[in-house]
Amino acid sequence: MARTRRKRKLDEPKPVPATEELLKYYNDMLMIRRFEEKAGQLYGMGLIGGFCHLYIGQEAVVVGMQAAIGEGDAVITSYRDHGHMLACGMAPKGVMAELTGRSGGYSKGKGGSMHMFSREQSFFGGHGIVGAQVPLGTGIAFGLKYRETDRVCLTYFGDGSANQGQVYESFNMAELWKLPVIYIIENNQYAMGTSVQRSSAQTELFRRGESFGIPGEQVDGMDVLAVKAAGEEAVAWARSGRGPYILEMKTYRYRGHSMSDPAKYRTKEEVQRVRSERDPIDRMREFLVTGAHSDEVALKAVDRDIKKAVTEAAEFAQNSPEPATSELYTDILLEA
Amino acid sequence: MATMTMIEAIRDALDVAMGRDDDVVVFGEDVGYFGGVFRCTQGLQAKYGKTRCFDTPINESGIVGTAIGMAAYGLRPCLEIQFADYVYPAYDQIVSEAARLRHRSNGDFTAPLTIRMPTGGGIFGGQTHSQSPEALFTHVAGLKTVVPSNPRDAKGLLLAAIEDDDPVIFLEPKRLYNGPFDGHHERAVTPWAGHPLAEVPAGYYSEPLGRAAIRRPGAAATVLAYGTMVHVALADVAARGIDAEVVDLRTLLPLDLDCIAASVRKTGRCVVVHEATLTSGFGAELAALVQEHCFFHLEAPVARVTGWDTPYPHAQEWDYFPGPARVGEALAAVLEI
Repeated sequence: MARTRRKRKLDEPKPVPATEELLKYYNDMLMIRRFEEKAGQLYGMGLIGGFCHLYIGQEAVVVGMQAAIGEGDAVITSYRDHGHMLACGMAPKGVMAELTGRSGGYSKGKGGSMHMFSREQSFFGGHGIVGAQVPLGTGIAFGLKYRETDRVCLTYFGDGSANQGQVYESFNMAELWKLPVIYIIENNQYAMGTSVQRSSAQTELFRRGESFGIPGEQVDGMDVLAVKAAGEEAVAWARSGRGPYILEMKTYRYRGHSMSDPAKYRTKEEVQRVRSERDPIDRMREFLVTGAHSDEVALKAVDRDIKKAVTEAAEFAQNSPEPATSELYTDILLEA
Repeated sequence: MATMTMIEAIRDALDVAMGRDDDVVVFGEDVGYFGGVFRCTQGLQAKYGKTRCFDTPINESGIVGTAIGMAAYGLRPCLEIQFADYVYPAYDQIVSEAARLRHRSNGDFTAPLTIRMPTGGGIFGGQTHSQSPEALFTHVAGLKTVVPSNPRDAKGLLLAAIEDDDPVIFLEPKRLYNGPFDGHHERAVTPWAGHPLAEVPAGYYSEPLGRAAIRRPGAAATVLAYGTMVHVALADVAARGIDAEVVDLRTLLPLDLDCIAASVRKTGRCVVVHEATLTSGFGAELAALVQEHCFFHLEAPVARVTGWDTPYPHAQEWDYFPGPARVGEALAAVLEI
């Protein structure tokens, strides 16, 4: 059977969704950006401790993919996960309060930045071990197929994870058993401080499924409409029982790997160039205005509402009480 | 009641579990078509179909990781790692994902899976087919660890493990699969037939996790054992005519501390035995617990009889294996103090 293995062209024509949807993508991307900026601030103020991996720059990936799925589809990702949670519909207050380690957080402060979940939103977590979520996503897809649903599992991982052995174990099983899983490689080009070129013999990550017969595509991950269009094709493939699909999202993170990253592995000019030329939110804003889907006044109102929601989340996250020490011994086993 | 080997009892438990709950799926390397290298899953694929009992590729990390995803989704996977010695590639998944999912999601997600593994030595398997890695699992908060010593327990405990809402490591002493091996490797193999604990009730029943069993009551000393070593201890106590109480722990975590403490308080002397290596073995935990809970009742230091701190040997298997002679010497020493 002929399979798609291609790079989606940057200027490939894409269907233009209704204005209402376009505005939602803009809103959701901007929400993630402002949320992450606030998280960065709270970290700087010492209110968030430990690890905090910001999603700034990559917003189009998760917002575009979320637009390609529906009710009951599952999502699992790694530790750069705040954006995924917000896109899945998890409340900013609960996410921010988990970052500050408070009892109002999604995991009551037991998880932290990398470990939040919502069964209600079919979000199977943030996972802190590089690549470990990939077989889990494969197993969730097994469950979806076993229960004879037509749902799919979006399994996100990064270019760093793409070199983990268990990713290929997962590819093999998913294709062997025709599991409804879409592997989304968020290629932000740096696995912490090591570039794809310095770590990968095959840098075209969408081709990593070739020997298993899994179709793969490279997508402009800085263009929410390109992501959505590619996502819809991949989801349709998996939903129809044809097995897994790989989407390599070429994206970029503007901030460091985590908050303690001196970013010596790339130049300021490189970051600046991406910001000014490819920023997913700026591109969407321009698209909305030039296409007369919206105007500056309306978009300012969107900005204002988001800022308010983020401020409220930050306040909640600072005022929510710290969990009791006794919580340490809860939820280890069903019965203590 | 039917007389069963441990293999038949495990197969029966899987059959009962699959019959009761459509969410139970059974898989692993050679598990489906072939029926498992030790035949524990023989016939299950024919009975329940390839969707519920199937073969996996040889990739332990992927098998366990996928099972965790299935379990988080809502299924009850019961998978086989062909030998406990093969579990190390999956250790990250067991520790970082299965054991920790409940806590870090504040109870929103759990991983109710059972990982069956043949464990222990006595079959000339050498380094990579003989190890007893139970302490690697008892060290991890969020896991339960079970080691049955006979067919009746194997069935009841496995059914309890599959029904349990937490991840369970189910270690099957492979030298016990076909008979109650008592360490006398020079003698003819004793089959399970005729052993009272090989009488296995038909249909469903379960043995609660966390409850030890006293296999032989006694007053002079307590032997804490599990798996194959239960039979080694029983044979040696009988041969030497020592009035020792032999406690079969059955599950290491949760541990039946009440039973252990009651026994040692009664006897005042304690020998801990296991096949695994000595240092940081589960016996160290048992010895520490006994001194914490029974210090003023102890007449002698707690003794440990274990495998040596070496890789599991091939040629010197019976030098390594803590057989009847070593258990007996330790008991005699403890009784003389």
